[in-house]
Amino acid sequence: MIAGAAHRAAMMAVTLFGVALVVFVLLRVAPGDPIAMMIGPGASPADIVALRAHYGLDGSLPMQFAVWLGAMLHGDFGTSISLRRDVVALIGERLPATLELAFCALGVALVLGIALAVIGTLGKRRAGEAVVDGATGLLLAIPDFVWALLLVLLFGVAVPLFPMSGRVDPSLGAQFHTPFYLLEALVTGQGAAVRDAAAHLVMPVLALALPLAAIIARVLKGALDEAMVQDYVLLARVKGFSELRIVTREALRNAIGPTLALTGVQFTFLLGGTVIVERIFSFPGLGNMAIEGVINRDLPLIQGIVLTFGFLFILTNLVVDLTVVGLNPKLRHG
Amino acid sequence: MSEPRLLSIEGLSAVSDRDNGAPILRDVSLAVAPGEIHGLVGESGAGKSTIARAILGMTPRTVRITQGAIILGNTELLSLDARQLRRLLGAEVALIPQDPLTALNPSRRIEAQMTDGLRMWKGHSAKSARERALTLLDEVQMREPERVMRCYPHELSGGMRQRVLIAAAFALEPKLVIADEPTTALDVTVQKQILKLIRAMQARHKTGAIFVTHDLGVVAQICDRVTLLYQGKVMEHGLTADLLLKPRHAYTKALVRATPRYDRPVDGLIPVPDAVIAACRAEIAGFDGATHG
Repeated sequence: MIAGAAHRAAMMAVTLFGVALVVFVLLRVAPGDPIAMMIGPGASPADIVALRAHYGLDGSLPMQFAVWLGAMLHGDFGTSISLRRDVVALIGERLPATLELAFCALGVALVLGIALAVIGTLGKRRAGEAVVDGATGLLLAIPDFVWALLLVLLFGVAVPLFPMSGRVDPSLGAQFHTPFYLLEALVTGQGAAVRDAAAHLVMPVLALALPLAAIIARVLKGALDEAMVQDYVLLARVKGFSELRIVTREALRNAIGPTLALTGVQFTFLLGGTVIVERIFSFPGLGNMAIEGVINRDLPLIQGIVLTFGFLFILTNLVVDLTVVGLNPKLRHG
Repeated sequence: MSEPRLLSIEGLSAVSDRDNGAPILRDVSLAVAPGEIHGLVGESGAGKSTIARAILGMTPRTVRITQGAIILGNTELLSLDARQLRRLLGAEVALIPQDPLTALNPSRRIEAQMTDGLRMWKGHSAKSARERALTLLDEVQMREPERVMRCYPHELSGGMRQRVLIAAAFALEPKLVIADEPTTALDVTVQKQILKLIRAMQARHKTGAIFVTHDLGVVAQICDRVTLLYQGKVMEHGLTADLLLKPRHAYTKALVRATPRYDRPVDGLIPVPDAVIAACRAEIAGFDGATHG
């Protein structure tokens, strides 16, 4: 068990190093000069050289990489060129917004996806199955950023039910002491703030959750179909249990493992999707800041954000593996 | 013939919807008295499992029951809706399945799987259901029942799992237990113990049973009465001893001859003679002609 954990930790370190290397190289070979973006028209060549030295951009590439890596190991991700602030502090401010968005979307996708799969299984060979199959097909065919635009048109413009941008309404004057607005409002029981933060999340969460819900529903329904013809389901029917109970108590436990594993993989795609969806809804998260960083060729900021995403991906995979083992008694004892 | 009847099947006929309406059951009638084990015997495709499934209201979608009645106690089962049938079956009919390796849910502990029916239909509390399950495991001579209750199915051997399933089948004191080839998937050395166990449990709980098998040797060991089927038609029925020792139908005679016995060594297997098969087919064709014509 301990050897396994040590092995996992070592693998995580190797993967993160790989991510760091790829990000570093890609950004250096991509066109665009961060110094050119920040200097005024009248800057002298001497100023440019001084600025390059200031941001550590004057050494050789391997040298720059080594310096950056060494600083990162001490928790120093550098200073943002465009915002002139510490990258770690910037990420610390924005990451919670993205995490709230992503986990709300994951929760909605799981609930919706599992519900659709169960309804489709209960309505096997009847209208229920056709409706569910049709709905998941539609949800799946439309990507998250198109959902975002559709939702804006529907609930932002046509029937303005939900706010279209930001995390909270500044005019409400709610004061937050942590960057987790929704969580903090929930914990401290500020009803108005909860409603406001939740309302701001509805559309971006749906845009991210709908395609994932469809994938979960598809895969889980397939697994449930397989489970529902097993002998233990027949025996449960002879015991006189209702179909709903059989699906949820007998079949779901055996069917959900592969679905959760896939959900984990898909969650990393959802994290990637937050970048564009945050942009559409002007949601002050990490993704939105990443786009600003790219526009400004803000190398330290981009590197920091990409590494943060990479770390989240690796962490997600770890959690998924542990969950799958935890759910399957055969693996748990093995 | 006014014996008390636990279950009677009257004139049950079924056809396959997939196979051009080919008959699967042909006017099958049989009666199970309380406390007796009634063997349903036949080759594969004879319709014995279809009868068992029909009693449970779980025939495959491709099988359509065209006529007949299945009466358990005073209730005709085929006329019940799904919900009524579930209530009745849950409390009064149990199944000992064919393959103990797949009939237990791999994700649930034995305790949960043995007590859920008790809590659902007999109003047991978690504690009293647990005590009842432990008693039952004791009755099927399970060693360390406390430990077994905490196990997942994969931690038990095939024979142990079949013991669990037998114990669970008798948990609600059902009126009828249907055993669907319960020893076929087991090791030969375990088969005999399991048969003895089913017999003992059935006698102890005074339960009626239908025992589906293709094995006349098993029938001789466990059944009080036998119905022999060929292609969905009853060929012969009667008390086990009569049917095996004094078979009347040519098919029964051939089957009894074909069954290997320790006291009658033979060189190789004895097939049922072609002439007997032809005669059976002619009998069935004559029956089909009479019902359709």
